[in-house]
Amino acid sequence: MSIELRNIAKKFGDFVAVDNISLHIETGELVALLGLSGSGKTTLLRIIAGLETPDTGEVLFHGEDASAVSVRERKVGFVFQHYALFRHMTVFENVAFGLRVIPRRARPAEAAIARRVHELLKLVQLDFLADRYPSQLSGGQRQRVALARTLAVEPKVLLLDEPFGALDAKVRQELRRWLRRLHDEIKITSVFVTHDQEEALELANRIVVMNQGRIEQIGSAEEVYHHPANAFVYNFLGNVNLFHGRIENGRVFLGDTAVELENTHAHAHPETGKAILYVRPHLLEIVMKPNGKQTFPATVKSINPAGPQVKIELVAEWGDMVQVEIDHERYQALHLEPGANVFLRPKEQKLFVYSI
Amino acid sequence: MAGQPQREPKRPGTADPPMVRIALIAIALAFLALFLFIPVIAVFAEALQKGIGAYFAAIADPEARAAIRLTLMTAAIAVPLNVTFGIAASWAIARFDFPGKQTLLTLIDIPFSVSPVISGMLFVLLLGVRAPLGGFLAAHGIKVIFAEPGIVLATIFVTFPLAARELIPIMQAVGSEEEEAAIVLGAGGWQMFFRVTLPNVKWGLLYGLVLCNARAMGEFGAVSVVSGHIRGHTNTMPLYVEILYNDYQFAAAFAVSSLLTLLAIATLIAKRFLERRVVPAKQEQDNLAVKVAA
Repeated sequence: MSIELRNIAKKFGDFVAVDNISLHIETGELVALLGLSGSGKTTLLRIIAGLETPDTGEVLFHGEDASAVSVRERKVGFVFQHYALFRHMTVFENVAFGLRVIPRRARPAEAAIARRVHELLKLVQLDFLADRYPSQLSGGQRQRVALARTLAVEPKVLLLDEPFGALDAKVRQELRRWLRRLHDEIKITSVFVTHDQEEALELANRIVVMNQGRIEQIGSAEEVYHHPANAFVYNFLGNVNLFHGRIENGRVFLGDTAVELENTHAHAHPETGKAILYVRPHLLEIVMKPNGKQTFPATVKSINPAGPQVKIELVAEWGDMVQVEIDHERYQALHLEPGANVFLRPKEQKLFVYSI
Repeated sequence: MAGQPQREPKRPGTADPPMVRIALIAIALAFLALFLFIPVIAVFAEALQKGIGAYFAAIADPEARAAIRLTLMTAAIAVPLNVTFGIAASWAIARFDFPGKQTLLTLIDIPFSVSPVISGMLFVLLLGVRAPLGGFLAAHGIKVIFAEPGIVLATIFVTFPLAARELIPIMQAVGSEEEEAAIVLGAGGWQMFFRVTLPNVKWGLLYGLVLCNARAMGEFGAVSVVSGHIRGHTNTMPLYVEILYNDYQFAAAFAVSSLLTLLAIATLIAKRFLERRVVPAKQEQDNLAVKVAA
């Protein structure tokens, strides 16, 4: 089922949670709403579910206005961040709940309910825990029970609110892959909310980057990561170094140093103005000798060699902290020590200029 | 420390010195004995001083039976109403934001903060024959003050915060996510209430019910004002005890008192039983959860 949002707005008191958002989600898509807390992503999800009423705008399911359709008739599945399992029911009863509340005429027979519940518990690989209570399960298990419970009523749309937010990193990875496989299998239109850019990039067909109740960019992982629409998106997706500088007659100044940089992707290019230069840590190169206007001096502060890349923190000549990631080979060759004076060469950077 | 005299086994750092523990336990026990056990034993001793025959005769007295009947009837009306109000009020307060929520919370506590005698006076002033509303009712043949309805009303008034006060914190702690989950899964309002909301608060509700029942049966002050003390008609058990006592019928007074005491003890045992069900069941589940996680 496709979802269409038209000019949705929602305020809580004076706080604008969702500010005039329009969005189209295709049948079978897996879409991520990505943003910081307070960006309105959860409110938007709850509006789609019908748990919140928008102040203005409309929600269309399959082209039909759903504004007057109550939550229980919307045929949506909603997975809560903290699972919201019924604590006084066993895992089996939790999953069976959606089937048991169907009006008697349409309700499946007890045997059919049991069959369906065990089928779903097998799907989430938890059939052996059917008689346990939610408090006896680990976080990852609880979230899988919550998913099984949601799928029991065969929703047309699956909405997940920070589904892995409360889990530790390892379990999160595992569940992420599992959800991806599940979605490939059952092809249900799904929208999930996350503040974890890695999760969004890995899982979603399309990512909706949200900020302060508005959409900053919609696109595939490739598009939002490599072709960010604006400074916010670039800053939000992945680690980034941010240099405040200025641009004068087309020349970029960082501190007092004029730098002439190759591969600068600039957005709007006035000749003069305040400029912010963004460089990802792995796109900065450390060299021992200056190279004209393409490098700027910095001092090594600390080195963290644990991990696939060596993380080095430096201080630029004008006082900004700079993070650089280089591979171990290069690190060995450079013989870096804290306190060493080196030069940094951005290999690729984004320049966002704000004209004054 | 070879050569030194053997020291007594080392006390774990988390335990208090033995003297402190013994002193605290002794104080608590002495207090309980003085204010609880001895009076309770005294009640039964006094009640039985003229023999078991006199004890049962006192209870079987028609006036005593009328008082017992009235007390049980009052509780039977007040407790269900209290529970209904408690659920409605706690639901409203825990689930919705509305203007006047704080005021409602304060108002709920009024019967606790006002002396029961004043609560009774309030009903006399409102519903007595000389008050407009009471006069109107009396003109239509409805007698409230110095009759059973007044007693029931006064009892409802003094007990009504009990269930609500138990339920509000529990409802707030449980939160509304499970209820939302139930609705999204297709449950209707009543299905949500009976399958999710009520089971989640049922122990708190039962506890409130027990407290309310104890208060409803034992209430003296408010009921005394509105009752009029008509023997065999508007005397509840506590009022009847007072009358007997003032008539120097000590054995009979204590016999009826002992019944009230037994009701109170039964209530406390019920409460204890409920607490046992709530706490260990939860701990057990938590322990298991730890084991599973490990």
